[in-house]
Amino acid sequence: MLTKRIIPCLDIKDGRTVKGVNFLDLRDAGDPVELGKRYADEGADELVFLDITATHEKRKTLIELVNRIALNLNIPFTVGGGISSVEDVSALLNAGADKISINSAAVKHPELVSEIASRFGSQCVVVAVDAKNINVAWKVFLNGGRIETELLLEDWVKQLEKLGAGEILFTSMNHDGTKNGFACEELARISDMISIPVIASGGAGKPEHFVEAFTKGKADAALAASVFHFKEIEIKDLKNYLAQQQIPVRL
Amino acid sequence: MIVVIDYGMGNLGSVANIIKKVGHTCTVTSDLSLIDKAGKLILPGVGSFDNGMENLNRLGISEVMTKKVLQDKTPILGICLGAQLMLEASEEGKLPGLNWVKGKVIKFRFTESQINQRIPHMGWNQVDVKKQNPAFNNMYENPKFYFVHSYHFQLDNEADTLTTTEYGYEFSSGFSKENITGMQFHPEKSHKYGMLVYKNFLES
Repeated sequence: MLTKRIIPCLDIKDGRTVKGVNFLDLRDAGDPVELGKRYADEGADELVFLDITATHEKRKTLIELVNRIALNLNIPFTVGGGISSVEDVSALLNAGADKISINSAAVKHPELVSEIASRFGSQCVVVAVDAKNINVAWKVFLNGGRIETELLLEDWVKQLEKLGAGEILFTSMNHDGTKNGFACEELARISDMISIPVIASGGAGKPEHFVEAFTKGKADAALAASVFHFKEIEIKDLKNYLAQQQIPVRL
Repeated sequence: MIVVIDYGMGNLGSVANIIKKVGHTCTVTSDLSLIDKAGKLILPGVGSFDNGMENLNRLGISEVMTKKVLQDKTPILGICLGAQLMLEASEEGKLPGLNWVKGKVIKFRFTESQINQRIPHMGWNQVDVKKQNPAFNNMYENPKFYFVHSYHFQLDNEADTLTTTEYGYEFSSGFSKENITGMQFHPEKSHKYGMLVYKNFLES
């Protein structure tokens, strides 16, 4: 049976990991390679590295980091942040990334999703979608949650599936940083709507929240950052707990 | 000499890395004379079936490799697309495969009751070992490996099945026939389970 995936997310700035609470306040949480290795050994199923600086000058630093991660890590990992062209994707995959994650660029140029999918395969295309529930409608936001768009989350994920996205990484901005649980109702709704995997993100605070994301939220994977970085939840303990709750996991 | 065959189908760095990690060295190459001298071959690969076959044929690798595998009986490990290419054909493409093992590559087909399975099959899944093979010597209990694929092996001879995996239904996730071993999953991405597979294959 396919297991549910637990994915720590490491935000990267200038080669170090940071985690923004509600995308604003940033805190330092260690060396990405060391942290990644530790997570892999503790049972993380995949890792996401999100480069939040991602300016053109820093691109080379990122490629070097990805190279170093690939040399040291033997579980799959995704790299995101500032990807806006097929060339960016090609450089990251060549450096050893298994998947790439795009966000704003997909909204601005939806055809980019198809281009990447047809050139490198859908399996390496994760589209990150940040959305906020405003007056009952889930609106898609860009640039780390700073710019509101007219796109509705449910329309957008359906379109992304058609364009060839391999996975959807859905972050609820209402829940991110709150530690009050994932956006399970909306997760379930989009999960039923599309047939590509959905990764839940935003709101993890307790092990119970992960159970809810997989049961109520029907998510295929769950992503979190600070609860792992600050050891509020140990991945080993989390997976044992999930197994006790009858969630299929890799122990 | 361990040769990882580079035929332009995806990044082979992770394969080279894990080989290093388990204490061996390898040559990643498309050079026919090096392939011909190999003591062990690894054929990885990510991408579409026809692209893979086209590249192998164009680079002359198909011919050299087939001689090595079928005549010299050099041990070879195929991974993901690399393993699929070892069968006769694939529903994904039109070109004939290497045809070393009898069988085809087919797309996942789910019946009504299995409709909720997503394609590609992506993530960690259980691998049940069906017969003795050095690659799985001293394997951990309930081994799980990382998969990412939409097509799977359909072998003609059940005796060739090395491992099975359940996804909607049970399918052959690995095969072995004499010196030929193929795996749909990615041992190079499967942490301790995968490291053991590589170590076993390289030291058997």
